[in-house]
Amino acid sequence: MVNNCSRIGFVSLVEYVTFGAEKPNIRMSDLQNLEALVTQVRRDILRQVHKVNSGHPGGSLGCAEFFVALYQELMDRNEDFSMDGKNEDIFFLSNGHISPVFYSVLARSGYFPVDELNTFRLLNSRLQGHPTTHEGLPGVRIASGSLGQGISAAIGAALSKKLNNDSHLVYTLCGDGELQEGQNWEAIMYAAGNKIDNLVVTIDLNGQQIDGSTDNVLPMGNIKGKFQAFGWDVLEIEKGNDLDAVITGLKNAKSRTGNGKPICILLNTVMGNGVDFMMHTHAWHGKAPNDEQLKVALSQNPITLGDY
Amino acid sequence: MKKYTNTGSKDTRSGFGAGLTQLGKTNSNVVALCADLTGSLKMDEFKENHPERFFQVGIAEANMIGMAAGMTIGGKIPFTGTFANFSTGRVYDQIRQSVAYSYKNVKICASHAGVTLGEDGATHQILEDIGLMKMLPGMTVINTCDYNQTKAATLAIAEYNGPVYLRFGRPKVANFTQEDQTFEIGKAVHLQEGNDVTIVASGHLVWEALIAAETLNEQGLKAEVINIHTIKPLDNKAILNSVSKTRCIVTAEEHNFLGGLGESVSRVLAENTPTPQEFVATKDTFGESGTPAQLMEKYGLNAEAIVKAALKVIARK
Ligand SMILES: [Mg+2]
Repeated sequence: MVNNCSRIGFVSLVEYVTFGAEKPNIRMSDLQNLEALVTQVRRDILRQVHKVNSGHPGGSLGCAEFFVALYQELMDRNEDFSMDGKNEDIFFLSNGHISPVFYSVLARSGYFPVDELNTFRLLNSRLQGHPTTHEGLPGVRIASGSLGQGISAAIGAALSKKLNNDSHLVYTLCGDGELQEGQNWEAIMYAAGNKIDNLVVTIDLNGQQIDGSTDNVLPMGNIKGKFQAFGWDVLEIEKGNDLDAVITGLKNAKSRTGNGKPICILLNTVMGNGVDFMMHTHAWHGKAPNDEQLKVALSQNPITLGDY
Repeated sequence: MKKYTNTGSKDTRSGFGAGLTQLGKTNSNVVALCADLTGSLKMDEFKENHPERFFQVGIAEANMIGMAAGMTIGGKIPFTGTFANFSTGRVYDQIRQSVAYSYKNVKICASHAGVTLGEDGATHQILEDIGLMKMLPGMTVINTCDYNQTKAATLAIAEYNGPVYLRFGRPKVANFTQEDQTFEIGKAVHLQEGNDVTIVASGHLVWEALIAAETLNEQGLKAEVINIHTIKPLDNKAILNSVSKTRCIVTAEEHNFLGGLGESVSRVLAENTPTPQEFVATKDTFGESGTPAQLMEKYGLNAEAIVKAALKVIARK
């Protein structure tokens, strides 16, 4: 399962990850190790979508640092997955199409065997095109894919935590184009009006959506100003593909919870980050690389922890 | 014939309210969400007793459904309340993805279903909601007939783990089923025994079916009256057992004949024992303004319409 690892000097790390399935949620707090994990996650994303010639690499690549930071540094997670998520931080992926990065980080955080990434989008797989609870994949608490529903679910889970006197946090990630769905604004209004302050919503500001740039498809104006006008505490992470900056930004967000306002992080990312020909374009939003393109893309992201 | 007495007309939504009030006291995991129709849904008492477990979401049904789905994570049992139209058609995709596909323990409680909503007219009178909900895999669909049954159903669905659509109505109607009955999800209730025709009814049409059975009895015809309160999962056995005696059936519901109880019954019959069937239901039409009684008459949803359908289907045997 794990090749060429000792060669690049991540033996102990590889062991953690390899054993992750049996002993979940081991943390790798060293930044260098986390950088290595980000690179490996990018490989996982590329290899998943290439194998089935479908899926969404662009947004997935752009959020690799965010997912690694969240799952490895920020979230206080229990060893065993339980749907209820009591007494732990929980996460909802609202823009379900970036499932490749979600699956990779879940697997490499010990929720299910890393080898299972091989089954992405295949018949009878738990790794459906968009994440679902339907096949019982550990780490997933709600189906997403039809956009605009994640913040509502996150608010509900945050309210449950308050009722249960559980002081842990609820995180969710949305795309920027996704904010065009009206349900978000119902939820954004509710969360501020009802002081849902155990909630951290991150917006992946990559400026792209399927049909082009968000400015061309449906200009959304001042997103920061809109969240602030709705009564949210908004902070920006200017360098959303700089792991250190993402960790710092997320920790800042966490420190601002519990003050009567929901927290919004505007995460500036580059769609397709880490693969030069996929960056700064919407072209790779929902398109898989061919054999030749994969080779080039992987060469820009050499094996760190070992491929599945 | 068994005699059924109206112990005093009441609205089915008040049965829901009474059930919810009781659940508030007995089940601390029950939470209620409402989209600006607390009084109409009779959720006031729950709200007063348990303000910390009542969530006013405003006129934002999509967010309400999503929030309810999220609240199940952490062990809550959310009951959402709004009109049937806003409980289903308006939020179909939210229910489909966040509730049904995710198999969340959400109870979607829907009042003012059908034409008996009355004067507000067709924008609010949904006649398609049973069809919408029964098509969702894993969704349980219940349409109760009176106050007592609605209260019992409200209590029963809290004990059941899975998504449920509970449909009830606005007007005061006969309250004739037993107080403090045990409500069994998926189990038909036999109200009259008979050999000449089976009448299967749900919702406000059940009382009408009992009146129709009396009229038929005066003409020497014995109708078997079955209350199907759970449209999904359907009590196939009760239907098949009855038509094995009567060899014809009338289905009666306050819903479009496309997608309703009648079509579910047709499928069971077609698969097992093709049987003449008449549909007392709206016929692919919207409603309109009027009083509930006027609308039930105009759209052929009363005892008279059931008698007519019964005579017609008996002649087709
Ligand atoms: Mg985008």
